[in-house]
Amino acid sequence: MTDGIEWADTAEEAYDAAPSGHLSTSMDGMIVTINSTLLDWLGLPRDAVVGRLRFPDLLTVGGKLYHETHFAPLLRMQGEVGGVALELKRAGGARMPILVSSVVKYDDTGRPLLIRTTIFDAHVRRTYEQELLRERKVAELARHQAEEDRARLQDALAVLQQSLLPATMPEVPGVATAASYHTASPNELGGDFYDLFAIDGERWAFFLGDVCGKGPAAAAVTSVARYTLRAAAMHDPAAALGTLNAVLHERYAGGDLRYCTAVFGTLQSNLETGRVAIRFASGGHPPPLLIRADGRCEFLFSPDGTLIGILPSSQFPQTVVTLDPGDMLLLYSDGLTEARVNGGRDFYGPDALLTLAMRYAGTSPDALITALSDVLAGFGPRLSDDAALLALGVPARPVS
Amino acid sequence: MDIVRRNNVVVTGNPDGRAVVLAHGFGCDQNMWRLTVPALAPDHRVVLFDYVGSGRSDLSAFDELRYSSLAGYAEDVLEVCAALDLTDAVFVGHSVSAMIGVLAAQKAPERIGALVMVAPSPCYVDDGDYHGGFSVEDIDELLSSLESNYLGWSAAMAPVIMGTPDRPELGEELTNSFCATDPVMARVFARTTFLSDSRADLATVRVPTLILESAQDVIAPRQVGAYVRATVQGSTLVTLDATGHCPHLSAPEATNQAIADFLAHLR
Repeated sequence: MTDGIEWADTAEEAYDAAPSGHLSTSMDGMIVTINSTLLDWLGLPRDAVVGRLRFPDLLTVGGKLYHETHFAPLLRMQGEVGGVALELKRAGGARMPILVSSVVKYDDTGRPLLIRTTIFDAHVRRTYEQELLRERKVAELARHQAEEDRARLQDALAVLQQSLLPATMPEVPGVATAASYHTASPNELGGDFYDLFAIDGERWAFFLGDVCGKGPAAAAVTSVARYTLRAAAMHDPAAALGTLNAVLHERYAGGDLRYCTAVFGTLQSNLETGRVAIRFASGGHPPPLLIRADGRCEFLFSPDGTLIGILPSSQFPQTVVTLDPGDMLLLYSDGLTEARVNGGRDFYGPDALLTLAMRYAGTSPDALITALSDVLAGFGPRLSDDAALLALGVPARPVS
Repeated sequence: MDIVRRNNVVVTGNPDGRAVVLAHGFGCDQNMWRLTVPALAPDHRVVLFDYVGSGRSDLSAFDELRYSSLAGYAEDVLEVCAALDLTDAVFVGHSVSAMIGVLAAQKAPERIGALVMVAPSPCYVDDGDYHGGFSVEDIDELLSSLESNYLGWSAAMAPVIMGTPDRPELGEELTNSFCATDPVMARVFARTTFLSDSRADLATVRVPTLILESAQDVIAPRQVGAYVRATVQGSTLVTLDATGHCPHLSAPEATNQAIADFLAHLR
């Protein structure tokens, strides 16, 4: 027991009965040596293989093609190929997944002499790999689905959002207008809104507001607000906001409190003088900015009304202002003035707005809105809330 | 578009010599020609490239539709020729590339003045009297093997399976990197290659043509070489004492000699 003889192994036997298949071929692939393990796997007698079959003959047709197009050229180029997955064709037609590694033996002058190949049974590994692959396909499918859902949702939201805004701005005689809406996130409906429309042959109404919150519930309030204000436009601005207040309060007072802020106004243009008379009321909304042609700018802090929809009845005092040629009036939501700047420490704020507006005094609503849109676009992902902009102006030279 | 970058075009050899374009087949990339280039370089301007989807080509330029027909690969060839302003070049194509060269010569005869076909096959599938060497079932097996990613998994698939295609250095580390193409693109190339039938195109060849075949080649057997010889007018067939589908690697001296003899007799 202790002399070691029974425990000894020989290189020959270790090769022949190894737990892996071994074979050597000449450079043209003809098999010159093969171990018993591999013969067992193949189910072939030694004399049917040695000197009769080439290595690719042991493979399935797919494996043969792979061998010729990948394995053999690689082996020629690199002198070795490691861990390639192929399938062994067994006597009787069964297939056995294997992992193949080959190395070329060279003579002293660097001439290739023969190829030594080791083959591992890859049943277990193949099952594992297939499972991995299956999981990956499932994950890919799920990711695909999620991306599609997300794109569909964004499309739907974009359409809904657009439906809450005028498709195009109407032509108002003697008045230049421009508007813009900036969405903070394509994944969420914003609550800002604006509109501009004719009341009768002479008067036009405009409004810009902001519903508290975001998402579908806010969008529903936006829709109510827009159509209520449109319907109430024949009244004066104070009455229009009063009507909206009553509607929102009645509808949402029960539990889900919903309110909004808005500026509602009417304008009437005198085509002879070029002057435009504006009468507006505000309910809790940031003050409109008056930009005179000569550069004087002021926020029109009117005696402010309360938030719209909070109290059963509220008063919304009116302000009257006249625009001369070259003057502009800017309405905006707090998405602009409360956008974060300086790494989130500060708001963009009314002062920055005032400074920019002064630079654009005497230009046009288009130029002003374009400049502000650039500012908003510059905020990028830091724009946390939607922002609506509406500018009304009298062209510097009266429209003939 | 920068074609030179897209197709990883490498120009070497004698700038004053006649241009010889070396085109790899399905499998690896321009590295397949490493034993051919030294023989050609002294007297020829040697052009190497990788088809989009192979080797070090710009994989972002891959377009499944374009590369689902050999004509798409022929476009690659002609765009490379145009980028280098080649005229009357000798096109050396391995395997399916021999047919791609036929299509390119058909479309732009001024670009290609001679063809060398290394182990060509115009059709891999048996069809009536024609013996391509494979049945439709055989090809289906190869394609389904490729599709289920069995073959060459360890070599080519590892980075993809590991979900780190954005870390190309993992691919670089693989010893089998010359052939480690993107498996999706390899599948498209395989399908296009093995389901192609360019037999009708062979008869259109009007340029001097050399056909090289291995004595033993399961992919392009002797009958196929004889068919190509009989179909291409005035072509020469040389059977190399070589085994396998890549005589330019397994018998480089004989392959180089045959190409050199052919080039010497052109004009």
